[in-house]
Amino acid sequence: MNTLKNTFREIWRYPSAVIGVTMVLLLVLVSIYAVIKIPYNQAIYLWRGGEDVWGANPKFAPPSWFNFFSTQKQPLSFVANTTDGTMNKKVTLGAQNTNTINISYSFDYQADGYPQDVLINFTSKYAQKQPFVSINWVAPDGSNTRIDNLGIGQQQTVRFSQDQQFQQSLNGEDPIQTLFNDPKTNKVMKGKYQVQIVGITFEQGSDINAEFIVQGQVYGLAGTDQYRRDLMVALLWGAPVALAFGLLASIGTLFTTMIIAAIGTWYGGWVDALIQRITEVNLVLPYLAILIMVGTFYSHSIWVILGVTIVLNIFTGSIKSYRAIFMQVKESMYIEAARSYGASDARIIFTYLIPRMIPLLIPGLVSSVPSFVFLESTLAILGLGDPVLPTWGKIIDDAFTNGALYKGYYYWIMEPAILLMVTGLGFAMLGFALDRIFNPRLRDI
Amino acid sequence: MPQNNKLLRIEELVLHFNTTHGPVQAVDGVNFELASNRAVVILGESGCGKSSLAKAILRLLPRNAGKYSGRVYLDGRDVMLLTDEEFRQDIRWASISMVPQAAMNALNPVIRVGEQVAEPAIVHLGVDKKEALSLVRKMFQHVGVPDDFISRYPFELSGGMRQRVAIAMALVTSPILIILDEPTSALDVLTQANIFNVLKRLKKELGISFILITHDIATSSELADDVAIMYAGQIVEVSDAYRFFDKPLHPYSQKLMASVPRLHGTKEPEFITGRPPSLIDLPKGCRFADRCPARFEKCVEDPPVVEKDERKVKCWLYS
Amino acid sequence: MVAPVKTKDVEKDKRKVLLSITDLHVWFELRRFGFSNAGHVKAVDGVTFDVHQGETIAVVGESGCGKSSLMKTILALYKPTTGKVVFEDLDLAELDGKGLHTYHSLVGYVQQDPYGALPPFMNVRKILEEPLIVNGVKSKEERDQRIRKSMEEVKLTPVEDFLEKFPHMLSGGQQQRVVIARAMIMGPKFLVADEPVSMLDASVRVEILKLLRGLQETHNLSVIYITHDLSTVSYFSERIFVMYAGNLVEKANVRQVLDHPLHPYTMALLTGTSEPDARNAETFKELPPGEPPSLVNPPTGCRFHPRCSKAIQGLCEVKEPPDFEPEPGHLVACWLYQ
Repeated sequence: MNTLKNTFREIWRYPSAVIGVTMVLLLVLVSIYAVIKIPYNQAIYLWRGGEDVWGANPKFAPPSWFNFFSTQKQPLSFVANTTDGTMNKKVTLGAQNTNTINISYSFDYQADGYPQDVLINFTSKYAQKQPFVSINWVAPDGSNTRIDNLGIGQQQTVRFSQDQQFQQSLNGEDPIQTLFNDPKTNKVMKGKYQVQIVGITFEQGSDINAEFIVQGQVYGLAGTDQYRRDLMVALLWGAPVALAFGLLASIGTLFTTMIIAAIGTWYGGWVDALIQRITEVNLVLPYLAILIMVGTFYSHSIWVILGVTIVLNIFTGSIKSYRAIFMQVKESMYIEAARSYGASDARIIFTYLIPRMIPLLIPGLVSSVPSFVFLESTLAILGLGDPVLPTWGKIIDDAFTNGALYKGYYYWIMEPAILLMVTGLGFAMLGFALDRIFNPRLRDI
Repeated sequence: MPQNNKLLRIEELVLHFNTTHGPVQAVDGVNFELASNRAVVILGESGCGKSSLAKAILRLLPRNAGKYSGRVYLDGRDVMLLTDEEFRQDIRWASISMVPQAAMNALNPVIRVGEQVAEPAIVHLGVDKKEALSLVRKMFQHVGVPDDFISRYPFELSGGMRQRVAIAMALVTSPILIILDEPTSALDVLTQANIFNVLKRLKKELGISFILITHDIATSSELADDVAIMYAGQIVEVSDAYRFFDKPLHPYSQKLMASVPRLHGTKEPEFITGRPPSLIDLPKGCRFADRCPARFEKCVEDPPVVEKDERKVKCWLYS
Repeated sequence: MVAPVKTKDVEKDKRKVLLSITDLHVWFELRRFGFSNAGHVKAVDGVTFDVHQGETIAVVGESGCGKSSLMKTILALYKPTTGKVVFEDLDLAELDGKGLHTYHSLVGYVQQDPYGALPPFMNVRKILEEPLIVNGVKSKEERDQRIRKSMEEVKLTPVEDFLEKFPHMLSGGQQQRVVIARAMIMGPKFLVADEPVSMLDASVRVEILKLLRGLQETHNLSVIYITHDLSTVSYFSERIFVMYAGNLVEKANVRQVLDHPLHPYTMALLTGTSEPDARNAETFKELPPGEPPSLVNPPTGCRFHPRCSKAIQGLCEVKEPPDFEPEPGHLVACWLYQ
């Protein structure tokens, strides 16, 4: 419509509006990107997590770009594998089906900090006799440390930080630190490290495969949480969830409220009185408390919460302000003209009253989106969020539960918080600018 | 400059407004004079710039005011040279006051009528409240509002009464000139006639001069001693009322007079084809040319103002 | 050219009576604080007249005289409190939904404020289409055709230029033409025009009035022309009804009223109407004192008596005068003519 074009032109005149539009557009783009890059099912799968999904990641790791800002460069995680050839594997056949498998991997370690942990995941194939492995660690200064020797099952993980045999060989010192430490300077020894695994199989067809994981201290663009999940998944996916929730709740409440206000105002009498009384009762109800009740006793599903939010929000105070505007519009001459050429009540409400109102309501619509977004986060923080869906509120909730502020994992809270703020600001600024644009027309009522 | 007892003399007054579509040349070189105790009516249709003329005289400029120049001699003194503060203290409401358009709707609904009328007196004359209220009572007498209305609120008064209150507000500081912008356009016939009776009485008894701005030709004759016709930001004819209403000179004036319906008329009223030009996009040459039945080749140039027997016309037909 | 409206001699008026109003009262309840009944606004309080096919009647009165309520009752926007309003054979008080719907398509309404009368968010095409859709014209081609014809009739040509425009893009005169086109589009039998030109510029008023007159002649419409400006009635009406405080105080031909008004109020209205004459500036007008009365508590007897210089003591404030007919076709509700 013509007004749409004019609106866009006018938005350009307000710097705050331009910023707001940019922020909202960015959010939309991020949402689209998130949904395309990580389809819904995959997102749920990733978020459910588990060792097999996130095992390679450190826990509570800040984002890797923190390294830009610190003098102490923290290590990133990395993985090497015998199955894809990143680790060397040599099988030496021996007598009586006893084979020796030599697996080794070298890497250059240049970080200033110690890794969080080192693990080796063994998978072996055998019928009855377990293979046997021994693990050695070669430091750049040539020192060779025996980590462990053990028989391994079909799936076995050796976690250096928890390996009993290794710990016994130390004198209460931190295992990982010892592995990477330079005893002279007491700092990380940089250089070429090597892990050597010698495995022995006792049967024909028996095989050993290893996966070597060094869990760094920083990870990715957003860091990780207590389940080692990459926070980017949740941050990215939080955008479409927030937008969808905010917009759906906003639009849903707007339209239903508007129609009800229009009907009440037009018919007057007991219809109007009834609607007003319902509204007044509804205004008094503590709706956060009700949502908490619904969440606790009924379901955490985000659709249920969305539905209840909309229902509770239909008979809000906005009905009264819409009613005020409708009452003015109702007295317009063109409404009288419509009655005089025989337009029915329904037609007047939908073809004349409501289209007149829509431009006036758009600023309110835009400004109410953030409140719904925050509502969803609030519920998540209170523990009522959808457990399956990765949302910003959920991140904050997890952070809270794990004492992030106390332990100094500020990134964990800051990232979703900043995103929430940006959403709120973007919509609010856009809403305020739209208000200023549409407001002159209020005089035309 | 010799004023030869002219109360007000306006020379080349210009006021343009800046808008997103370009400058609106609302007042574009206006010249006229007004002697003491006389009333001049500025007649024109909507969009000719007459309300802006009132604002230009009183320096009530909106935020988007652009070019503002010219000379306004009040009793020999060029008030355009005064600073804003001097103007506010000496001229606005002290010497010249105004009854704006729809003044009766502009009264503050939560303040009693008497207090509102007293306010200009308190501000400009520096009198205390008691003296101001006695002034109010005097003014109410002049305009025909009963005394007990002083303590009433605007919504308790009818439209005609409110307009009289607005006139009283313009009177209370005893100005020498009052500008009235469409004082009766929203009022009924009898109320309108009553208001003009009031204005006539004020002119006679208090010796005030008036500038009446309106589009209603018939009612303008109730007060006019002189007539000035405004079209597209310019004054195209100035004349005394008798000769104007009898025989207007400018083709536009003639067509305006011919368009007035009469109670006892025998001639069918005419209408003017076309529309006035937009004040943003003014044509070169005579601004009325494209609607003028007497147009000829010279009209592509801006016509001069010709003076004939103390009547002025801006038209090539008379040069 | 002479005043072009041919006055039909009322006695020999053979034209069919289109609208017949008998002793109409339209009262509105006053509600204070939503509970108690604090009286009534007696907007229309005993009005009787007939409108013939093809006749134009001017209803003249000041604000607060009840002419708007009278007009809205004729338009079936209000229901009569008592009295009859009969259009052809339909009694307006008894119309139900369907009957009302039919009636609405027979009456056109031209409003005062052209900009307010047009929905600002619809373009001209949609505005004109609305009455057609509402009244069941289903075929799009027929609608387009009727819209085109309507616009040509009001001289909004070339039609294509105007169809897509929105009201704020049109001048006052053009907006009013759209309002008239909308009123005419269903082919009504009569028009109610409420001050159709009072918000337009002087030079445009004449154009619109001529247009209305042309339409009236072409379609043999009846027109009820409501105005407070007496100077326009001689161009556009046959009969004038003067309304004061809910009553019709004088009913006559245009020339009878303008040349020799009988009711003191009519005389006052004529005195108050100005003509462009420089001598006006030197004379004071003789006007009745006071203001029109409140319609909640009108004066007893003749409602004009508190302001009337010719009031007869003991009569005018006691009894309401009936209609007298001092000359044929000229009815006055005034005790001076008994």
